Amino acid sequence: MSQFLQQIVNGLSLGSIYALIALGYTMVYGIIRLINFAHGDIYMVGAFVGYFAFRAGLPLPLVFFLAMAVPALFGLTIEFFAYRPLRKRNAPRIAALITAIGMSLFLENLGILIFSPDPRPFPRVFTNEPIYFAGGVTISIPQILTLAFTSVLMISLTLFIRFTRTGKAMRAVSQDAEAAQLMGVNIDRIISVTFVIGSALAGAAGVMVGILIPRIEPLMGIMPGLKAFVAAVIGGIGVIPGAMLGGMLMGMAETLVTAFISSTWRDAIAFGLLIVILLIKPSGIFGSSSRTKV
Amino acid sequence: MLTVENLHVYYGAIHAIQGISFSVRQGEIVTLIGANGAGKSTILKTISGLLQPREGKILLEGEEISTLAPHQIVARGISQVPEGRRVFPELSVLENLELGAYQRKGKEHLKELEWVFELFPRLEERKNQPAGTLSGGEQQMLAIGRGLMAKPRLLLLDEPSMGLAPLLVKEIFAIIQEINAAGTTILLVEQNAHMALSIAQTGYVLETGEIVLSGSAAELVRNEEVRKAYLGL
Repeated sequence: MSQFLQQIVNGLSLGSIYALIALGYTMVYGIIRLINFAHGDIYMVGAFVGYFAFRAGLPLPLVFFLAMAVPALFGLTIEFFAYRPLRKRNAPRIAALITAIGMSLFLENLGILIFSPDPRPFPRVFTNEPIYFAGGVTISIPQILTLAFTSVLMISLTLFIRFTRTGKAMRAVSQDAEAAQLMGVNIDRIISVTFVIGSALAGAAGVMVGILIPRIEPLMGIMPGLKAFVAAVIGGIGVIPGAMLGGMLMGMAETLVTAFISSTWRDAIAFGLLIVILLIKPSGIFGSSSRTKV
Repeated sequence: MLTVENLHVYYGAIHAIQGISFSVRQGEIVTLIGANGAGKSTILKTISGLLQPREGKILLEGEEISTLAPHQIVARGISQVPEGRRVFPELSVLENLELGAYQRKGKEHLKELEWVFELFPRLEERKNQPAGTLSGGEQQMLAIGRGLMAKPRLLLLDEPSMGLAPLLVKEIFAIIQEINAAGTTILLVEQNAHMALSIAQTGYVLETGEIVLSGSAAELVRNEEVRKAYLGL
């Protein structure tokens, strides 16, 4: 039993990472119907910014700020130079998708060129000394930090989307972009804001992964990016609470399979989960199939 | 107030609007009538900046606006109530109205909100309900109310009668007159020529992307061709 509870704790902290990345996928999809495949690499950028910021001896809040701000700038730039010109020319969606894959390869290879392909140890900022709970369950400081900060980010995001003027405009654009423009919403600005928020969340995930699993490399974004995308689809792509839940489920499934079945089966089962959920509910857990997107 | 000169609009290779000119004077209700596919909605979309004309000019009080983005056109005082209502289904009625006032600062829009609730008391009763759960007539009221929230000088209405019961159409048209009487100029696009000409001062008849007839609404109602083709008389 305590072994099971232990894995739940581990699953939640891994799931937080997936959830944060999944949010960026789902928000961008909700606004412009694009799967931004470069998103996993934005998370890598966050990890590297965190790495250098810690090595420079910056205080923790500043490290997090930079590890969110720099990826946000990357997201903003990529949208502006790669996706926006296509949109202005009414390019078919497949062109944008291929551009996204190209952007992803570009960032990965740029990372290899600048940082070399070798993994490097992330600076050990916190002791990994476990803290004991009742029943022999342990939790480490990096895990507590991850869970706490993820919760703060998710709650802030939810409040932002729900109550601010920009948040309402984002919801309006995702429901009917043309009508939102007729209300005077500057759609380009809303798209930029979406990329900034999504990329900042991925950046935060990147630095937290560096702290949790202290090893980073330029290709580290590929698998988590893919799994977070799957998480977003499981939750219902375009639906924000769906990405949160999907990410948590993904992290949990992966941890439990590794602990109780076999680590070789980890990814197979995680993706099997996707297939099963989509067979039962093709639009994802929170997705509504009835809604037709214009 | 609004002058459209020699407008040409294309959808890909289709020449949807073929050299249209018309004008709307301050304080008027002007209507564009015509059958489905005549290009009425295309004209409104072009005025709102959703489509770019290939040729021609759109002047708002002398200023060329055809190159501006939709949000800049809203900022200049032109709002559109689009065809098919297009309310945001998962947003509440109140949130839909607030989006109508998206560009206004602080609490400026509260006066309009009060007015919209006066025009359409049913919207106030349902203000916390998702807009997608409203009936067709209520959604049309919401769409019009949402258009008013920006406090436009010129309101573009695209087929407000579509899909509504005759009694409801009468009610909506009475409110359009009331909005006009309160000082908003109106450009009304309608298939229901009878209702449109009954409240408008000026009318233009559109056929496959061209204006074939124009004149005062009273003249058009008496015109033999209009009576046959659009009024079924």
